Amino acid sequence: MTTTQQQSRPKLRERIRAALESQSADKERPPSITVLSSLLAVQDDLHYIPDEAIEETAIFCDSTINDVWSVASFYTNFRFTPPGLTTVDVCWGPTCHLMGAQEVLAAVQEELGVEAEETSEDGKITLRYSTCLGACAQAPVIARDHVLKGGTNPNAARTFISDLRQELENGIAH
Amino acid sequence: MVSRTEAPVDTYAVAMSQQTQYAMLRARARQLWVQLTEGDKPWVRVGLGASGQAAGAEEVFEALKPYGPDGTQQINLSLVGAHGLMYLEPIVDVVVPKINRVFHANVTPEMVPDIIAHYVDGREQHPMHESAFAYADHRDAFTTHLPNWDELPTNSLQKKVLTENFGNIDPLDIFQYIAQDGYASLNKAVLSMTPDEVLEEVKTSGLRGRGGAAFPTGLKWSFLAPSPAPVKYVLCNCEEGDPGAFNDKGILESDPHRLIEGLILNGYATNSTHGVVFIRQGHEIPIEATRHAIDEAYANGILGENILGSDFSFEMEVSLTGDSYVAGEETAMMEAIEGKRSTPRYKPPFPAQAGLFQKPTNINNVKTIAYVPSIVGRGGNEFKNIGTESSSGTALVCLTGHIKRPGMYEVEMGMTIRQVLEDIGGGVPDGSERIKVLQTGGPLGGVLGEEAFDTEIDFDAMAEAGAILGSGGIIVGDESTDVVDLIRNLVAFNQFESCGKCFPCRLGNTHMLDVLDRMCKNEAQPGDMKLLETVGNNMKIGSLCGHGQLGYNPISSAINYFEEEFEQRFNGELEKSGPFGDGSMILPSRTRP
Repeated sequence: MTTTQQQSRPKLRERIRAALESQSADKERPPSITVLSSLLAVQDDLHYIPDEAIEETAIFCDSTINDVWSVASFYTNFRFTPPGLTTVDVCWGPTCHLMGAQEVLAAVQEELGVEAEETSEDGKITLRYSTCLGACAQAPVIARDHVLKGGTNPNAARTFISDLRQELENGIAH
Repeated sequence: MVSRTEAPVDTYAVAMSQQTQYAMLRARARQLWVQLTEGDKPWVRVGLGASGQAAGAEEVFEALKPYGPDGTQQINLSLVGAHGLMYLEPIVDVVVPKINRVFHANVTPEMVPDIIAHYVDGREQHPMHESAFAYADHRDAFTTHLPNWDELPTNSLQKKVLTENFGNIDPLDIFQYIAQDGYASLNKAVLSMTPDEVLEEVKTSGLRGRGGAAFPTGLKWSFLAPSPAPVKYVLCNCEEGDPGAFNDKGILESDPHRLIEGLILNGYATNSTHGVVFIRQGHEIPIEATRHAIDEAYANGILGENILGSDFSFEMEVSLTGDSYVAGEETAMMEAIEGKRSTPRYKPPFPAQAGLFQKPTNINNVKTIAYVPSIVGRGGNEFKNIGTESSSGTALVCLTGHIKRPGMYEVEMGMTIRQVLEDIGGGVPDGSERIKVLQTGGPLGGVLGEEAFDTEIDFDAMAEAGAILGSGGIIVGDESTDVVDLIRNLVAFNQFESCGKCFPCRLGNTHMLDVLDRMCKNEAQPGDMKLLETVGNNMKIGSLCGHGQLGYNPISSAINYFEEEFEQRFNGELEKSGPFGDGSMILPSRTRP
């Protein structure tokens, strides 16, 4: 572990606590807070669940590390390593499958230089497979940070990734 | 009281004199609606649901903004949800005040200046843009070349009960819903009907659950109603993990107040105190629309204490879940709302006895609940008269895949699948020859071949044909579809999404996927077909919930209609499946620990 990471750890905990508190802060009608809602709040902010978040959520929800981990490991949207700057979802549901999703997936993998749900080597773009993005009439569908793009094909997907890469290089995103 | 003989008066004054909260809301809503539809500016609306976004509607909306309230103020500008006619998206709909509506299809940001010029810079000087494809209300000199919106086959063959407001109102504006008589049913119920009377109307309507199991809704509610518990929950299930179905999210993103009104009515009829709308994280458009709608309802006295001046009080919130398909099962859903792993519970106790947080609970699908305002408003009998004897009402069908006009269409129960495919869907797209296979009711549903296309859309008729209507997804495959590969895709989904609680489901899906994978690679082993059957039947009897019980459905129904293709695969007579030449398929590798 590098020194910078060690120094950032207390800050990470602070940020996690802030994310947990934000669930009810300044809310007229605070929602029901559970282990799951807390983990979703952390992931919304950090885009992954570090070990510290498991501990902090256990404290915050008066639960145990075991119980929090059992929830975190169950839902497939939770990630335990930091993702890239941007996440690209590619749908592999049956409609997209019939409309050519496998070729789109292969093209995106190739363009990113990955072989599974991984982050590109430059650490910028994370690929995820989605079971359904909810816009099947526009299949095949891909998404960038939950913003959908339909009617894609291998070439369009390659362009989508290279445009995205260009944008990240120019520092427009985030 | 206002005398009936007086000359027309200010609607506000009338409302004030009637002293009902709803009358005042309604008067304000009418006033705002008239400003938009009869004012001096065109009212431009862009359909931006998930499907619209995927088609590029956000960029179109951005291109329209400079003409709107924050720009030159030449137009009124709103976002609406889905129109249902998704093959035409992005759709831009222009209300020409006091004259008509004109619909523009497949709009791109580049077209926007030319489209708008016609409406704001002079209708004579600037011709109507060629993207215009239909008009509504009144045909004028500029729309003589266009068909009427209501007469398009994709509209005229629909029976709009749930979707009557789709595309017509801004989901983020409660007053646009009220202007269409929204919340009138709730007002009537809480002020002039007893809970039992509301429940009776739902029973009379013959409404059956739209989530998949098709259980009679009134009967379900009657399990919860008598319980005297001080806290009782009514839950609305919008987990909607079914790939190929998007109608639940479609309702939330297009007309969320209809769902909220239905859920409050559900609460009133069953003497419940709390409502929860359960949605999967990540679907930002429906989540935001629902949250916003709940806030608006609170702000206008429609949720909270003493709803609309009655003595009925009811609370509501949105609960988000992580990605888990099984969370859509009703007991697993309660586990998720409690913040745990969403695995099914043993029954009994049934939810009506001990459900969410061990309190009496009722769970319904979004569509089921969204029918309730019109059932209470127009009476259960009117709804009963729509559809077939055993399946009253309509079905909200999501038509996707190899079809010319994909979309979300509300059809009367009893219409045949063929009518939906050909008359509404327009048949196969250019370049395809024929429809070979349909996949209905989600990944646990079934597969239908051509001989079943004359089946009526009806819960029982579909079940008899070996498929389920389920959530309403119909995925169309043309002659090029590799059926075994399609089934592998469905079983891969089921394997990936098994919650792992019951081992016949957890291991069974894995075994079945292995077999199908071998078949797709032309590496089938002797006994593989038998293995599928044995494993499938064990899952049926050895699993707690539908995920395992129905897991063999896709395979058995596919063998039923496409046995020959399975045999050819088994004998290695076909080319290896998929686009990569080796029969492989890219799949997620993660499983639940």
